[in-house]
Amino acid sequence: MEKFEKLTAIAAPMPLINIDTDMIIPKQFLKTIKRTGLGVSAFYEMRYNLDGSNKPDFVLNKEAYKDANILVAGDNFGCGSSREHAPWALLDFGIRCVISTSFADIFYNNCFKNGILPVIVTEEQLRLLMKDAEKGSNSRMVVDLENQNIETSDGDVIAFDVDPHSKHCLINGLDDIGLTLEKVASIDAFETKMAQSAPWV
Amino acid sequence: MAPKTLYDKIWDAHVAHQADDGTCLLYIDRHLVHEVTSPQAFEGLRMTGRKVRAPEKTIAVPDHNVPTTLDRLKGIDNEESRIQVDALDTNAREFGVVYYPVDDVRQGIVHIIGPEQGWTLPGMTIVCGDSHTATHGAFGSLAHGIGTSEVEHVLATQTLIQKKSKNMKVEITGHLSPGVTAKDITLAVIGETGTAGGTGYVIEYCGEAIRNLSMEGRMTVCNMAIEGGARAGMIAPDETTFEYCNGRPNAPSGKTWDAALDYWKTLFSDDEAHFDKVITMKGEDIAPVVTWGTSPEDVLPITASVPAADDFNGGKVAAAQRSLDYMGLTPGTRLQDVTIDAVFIGSCTNGRIEDLRAAAKVVEGKKIQEGLIAMVVPGSGLVRLQAEQEGLADIFKNAGFEWRLAGCSMCLGMNPDQLGPQVRCASTSNRNFEGRQGRESRTHLMSPAMAAAAALTGKLTDVREII
Repeated sequence: MEKFEKLTAIAAPMPLINIDTDMIIPKQFLKTIKRTGLGVSAFYEMRYNLDGSNKPDFVLNKEAYKDANILVAGDNFGCGSSREHAPWALLDFGIRCVISTSFADIFYNNCFKNGILPVIVTEEQLRLLMKDAEKGSNSRMVVDLENQNIETSDGDVIAFDVDPHSKHCLINGLDDIGLTLEKVASIDAFETKMAQSAPWV
Repeated sequence: MAPKTLYDKIWDAHVAHQADDGTCLLYIDRHLVHEVTSPQAFEGLRMTGRKVRAPEKTIAVPDHNVPTTLDRLKGIDNEESRIQVDALDTNAREFGVVYYPVDDVRQGIVHIIGPEQGWTLPGMTIVCGDSHTATHGAFGSLAHGIGTSEVEHVLATQTLIQKKSKNMKVEITGHLSPGVTAKDITLAVIGETGTAGGTGYVIEYCGEAIRNLSMEGRMTVCNMAIEGGARAGMIAPDETTFEYCNGRPNAPSGKTWDAALDYWKTLFSDDEAHFDKVITMKGEDIAPVVTWGTSPEDVLPITASVPAADDFNGGKVAAAQRSLDYMGLTPGTRLQDVTIDAVFIGSCTNGRIEDLRAAAKVVEGKKIQEGLIAMVVPGSGLVRLQAEQEGLADIFKNAGFEWRLAGCSMCLGMNPDQLGPQVRCASTSNRNFEGRQGRESRTHLMSPAMAAAAALTGKLTDVREII
């Protein structure tokens, strides 16, 4: 997993609430057996017409946002299906950070496993960040995970919370499984105990 | 000892390791696997030389991509779907997990066959790379969806890195009125809380109306906990639960059953247990409902009319307008005047025997509207068999429905069962998202009885006027 330390990038505004993972990556792209190559299909139905041409009004089709690495999105981003293809598609498009007032639980966890930082802010902070994102390619937002803050192009600084374990893994690009296997003795002991007390499991 | 909720009890019984910062390794008792969210995880194991730690607790089945037409054993036409199902077949056999291939009569939707085969039992932790894993909470287990990276983590370690959620209680008091079902309960709750209302919580459903539900009904309620944003939904086990589990192929028997039963009877929230949020609804206040928009929170009684965008506040105004445009609906139209083109009865929400019985009861001896696309897709091969033995299949076929083989089918259309643009469907599935059943298709969620009623009239219909 790629490390996430500090990101200075264009942010794209997506104020719509309840953007679900079906919108982020529709079903026909879930048939892949790989993690890569989904970026071209991200937001497929919002982004392309039935004939495959671009919808000019969709934010990531606009010249100013085609190189965006940050999304500033409406409430409850990533709701619905657990498909990890959603963060895979965002990452493959180039998105490394999503900012919203809330995220669906599974999507939120999936982001951390893929080097994407999901940031939760207040409604007021989201309004400020959305305005900043609307400035387009002339402005840059700075997301600093180490110091847990976002700086707008106007120099406003917004602090955010992140779980210490997830932060540690993201900053160092660590593989969860490797970390867990260091505790294999605890898992062995638990299994032995359960085999005695709950043999039906 | 401090009073505990049901969730607290199951959580505490499964912590295999706790770090200083509170991060826990939660032991996983059952890992369900399907073809869509697992290939990258098995590939990860292969690349790192890791094994499946507990193959006997890992149960795999293809369900999303499988055709539901009677000729499906000839193979899958769509190349990508075929590759994905083949990959599961290879992975299941190579890693030695429990496997129900497509030609096994026990094959079906993963959330239907887990309980059916007795893999799902009270007090367990159950995960699957699928958000509707919440279904299994109906047995008083802690069950939730995970992403593919977590699937790989569970395959390799039989644990998940977890932080505990908060406790929410949803109490449904009293009795349901005729024509009102478990689906109406779960939709009505989401209508009340919104799709983000449960974020950060595990919901325990309780109250007399929940107690009076069968296991099938309880599974329907818990299945859609995720649509309310909750990590999981659960219902304390009772005699109904134990009776359902007893005698299932993978349930314990003899003395082990007795020991299990003793433990399961301790699985309830203590009287003084703390809930961070409580929602109470009267069973009598719940009407048969349908969704009008493109979020499962867009719920209204069938007797209502299509709302206007400015009936809402904040970000919902723009979202509601987008939904109305997408759904092709005009504010003020009576929901019962909305005509439909298709009916889908099935899915992990409503593909069980009781659901098929409820729908069959409505259409028995009648004909559905001509020209409708109408299919019944049983949740498993065994549900299909039982429905045929009970005569339900003949009722559906005589009414004009297609009678299909088991799978996820038109709930999400990863197989050929998809709707075309602007096609409007009365569906017993769980999601009405844009494009869910096919690009630009229009989904109205409802109960099996309501979907059956809609099939008879060709419009969204109040089932109470038919039964």
